[in-house]
Amino acid sequence: MAKRIDVEHLDVYYGDFLAVHDVTMTVPARSVTALIGPSGCGKSTVLRSLNRMHEVTRGGRVEGSIRLDGVDLYAPDMDPVLVRRMVGMVFQRPNPFPTMSIYDNVAAGLRLNGVKDKATLDGVVEQSLKGANLWTEVKDRLRKPGAGLSGGQQQRLCIARAIAVQPQVLLMDEPCSALDPISTLAIEDLITELKAAYTIVIVTHNMQQAARVSDQTAFFNLAATGKPGELIEVGPTSTIFSNPGVKATEDYIEGRFG
Amino acid sequence: MTTSTPSMAARSAAAPAPAPPRTEQRSTGRLGDLIFAGAARGSGVLVIALVTLIGVFLVAQAIPALLKDQASFLTSREWTVAGDAPRFGIAELAWTTVSASIIAMAIAVPVGVAVALFITTYAPTWLRGPAATMIDMLAAVPSIVYGLWAVLSFRSVVRPVEDLIQQRLGGIPLFAPTGVSGGTIFFIGVVLSIMVLPIVTALSREVFAQTPTSHREAALALGATTWEMVRTAVLPFGRPGVISAAMLALGRALGETIAVTFIVSSLAPGTPWSWSLFNGGETFASRIANNAGEFDSAQKTGAFIAAGLVLFVLTFLVNAVARIVIQRRAAFSE
Ligand SMILES: Nc1ncnc2c1ncn2[C@@H]1O[C@H](COP(=O)(O)OP(=O)(O)OP(=O)(O)O)[C@@H](O)[C@H]1O
Ligand SMILES: [Mg+2]
Repeated sequence: MAKRIDVEHLDVYYGDFLAVHDVTMTVPARSVTALIGPSGCGKSTVLRSLNRMHEVTRGGRVEGSIRLDGVDLYAPDMDPVLVRRMVGMVFQRPNPFPTMSIYDNVAAGLRLNGVKDKATLDGVVEQSLKGANLWTEVKDRLRKPGAGLSGGQQQRLCIARAIAVQPQVLLMDEPCSALDPISTLAIEDLITELKAAYTIVIVTHNMQQAARVSDQTAFFNLAATGKPGELIEVGPTSTIFSNPGVKATEDYIEGRFG
Repeated sequence: MTTSTPSMAARSAAAPAPAPPRTEQRSTGRLGDLIFAGAARGSGVLVIALVTLIGVFLVAQAIPALLKDQASFLTSREWTVAGDAPRFGIAELAWTTVSASIIAMAIAVPVGVAVALFITTYAPTWLRGPAATMIDMLAAVPSIVYGLWAVLSFRSVVRPVEDLIQQRLGGIPLFAPTGVSGGTIFFIGVVLSIMVLPIVTALSREVFAQTPTSHREAALALGATTWEMVRTAVLPFGRPGVISAAMLALGRALGETIAVTFIVSSLAPGTPWSWSLFNGGETFASRIANNAGEFDSAQKTGAFIAAGLVLFVLTFLVNAVARIVIQRRAAFSE
């Protein structure tokens, strides 16, 4: 199910503003890739171009190619809706649908796909909540509003919602930045488990987190303010953290940045 | 601080420990708080008192006339308010007012919501700003302008529609053909819908535009199409706002006077009752406005005031229902 992603010569624009320049990298299937780098270097922008969410932003457009197991996500006849069904996303701030119950939040994606059968829905909701390590906490209040959960629970609910539609890739933009250390650990454990079935790309500002969860790390940086963000280097996490090829990477990881 | 230092020193000398509360350090905003709280409470009380007084005044005026009424006020269709044995009731007024307003809502709310959705979601981004400004400006125009326009230019447009419905669905009492050709209830409803459409559209657009990006993106990231995104994120978020907009519009429609007075065709006394929307009939507001010349005795005035009170209660109920509907979903909207 999981698929590999090939990014080639990717330029990402907001209108005329080139935010990210010439990114080429490969994300292997069933692995966790961490995108790290200073604020504003374009990590979220790159992540959002992987499921064509970038073009939802006003003026957002992309040049270059992104392929999912060889299929060009930006081919002229490719429907962005289909891309987003294959490539799920978890946002920085937990964003459960506020008017929906916990159950309906998880079932939302399936319902969009036209699944109506109660037994199927029940099964997938339970499966997904278990997959997101949330089941035991919410199984007695599935009909209560999702917005009534704690921040960490909401984020796991969002993960459950994303995996309920069984995407091939899961994108996460700083999924733990609004969470306490315990919830963060819960989600990191979850990422490690999900790796078995999904290709995961995660943006994080937390170096320990990148070191703990990822197999591969990509370091982005800005050449100068006003210049577009660039991919400085990408490689196995152990190499990037212990023996980076570029000085800037080492400085950033050691916290000697800027 | 400088002024408070000596007294603090004096006190700490008198009672070394524990330090007494330092009452000198007052929050500087206190006075402002007091004035504002007083003003807010005062105006609140004033509004309630005014409404109560108006209510008492109207009820006091209406009661003598109601006591003399020889017909059943709530169910009679007669309207003879002069003489020793007046016979008047509001059945026809209530029917015309409510059914015309419901028709107006049935047209204005879906159209207004659709236009608002188009502007906020489907229109190309360059069009959204200008379109929003235009709708807001249109909503600021007094509704009577649209009313007159609708009255003058829509009669010929609505006529064929009325004929068609009567031909196709005439078997249903609600759509039964009648001889009335001028201001049918249906036409009043259409005119009212045009009058309230701008305000419904403007308010709905406002709430839809406020849908948090995070909600929209949550839906899109699940692979929702634009319409599915609207259904899962925009409409649920905007629902209370749309309900308020509809209620505001309904309040206007129920009480709309001039345009309606201009077009109603009052039924001659003794016309047999019909449930048809293609019948004539007067609304509360038009009955009162059309007969302003008759407010020359306490009894006649009282009869009209009684009718006005029913309209008051009607609008009050509409608002109460709207609030309950909005409340019921409150738990689910952060
Ligand atoms: N909606 C937008 N319109 C225009 N420019 C944008 C928009 N969003 C981001 N940018 C710009 O694109 C560049 C990359 O932003 P991006 O959000 O991808 O950075 P980031 O690496 O995710 O930063 P952070 O770590 O703070 O989240 C920045 O220069 C930013 O100002
Ligand atoms: Mg970011």
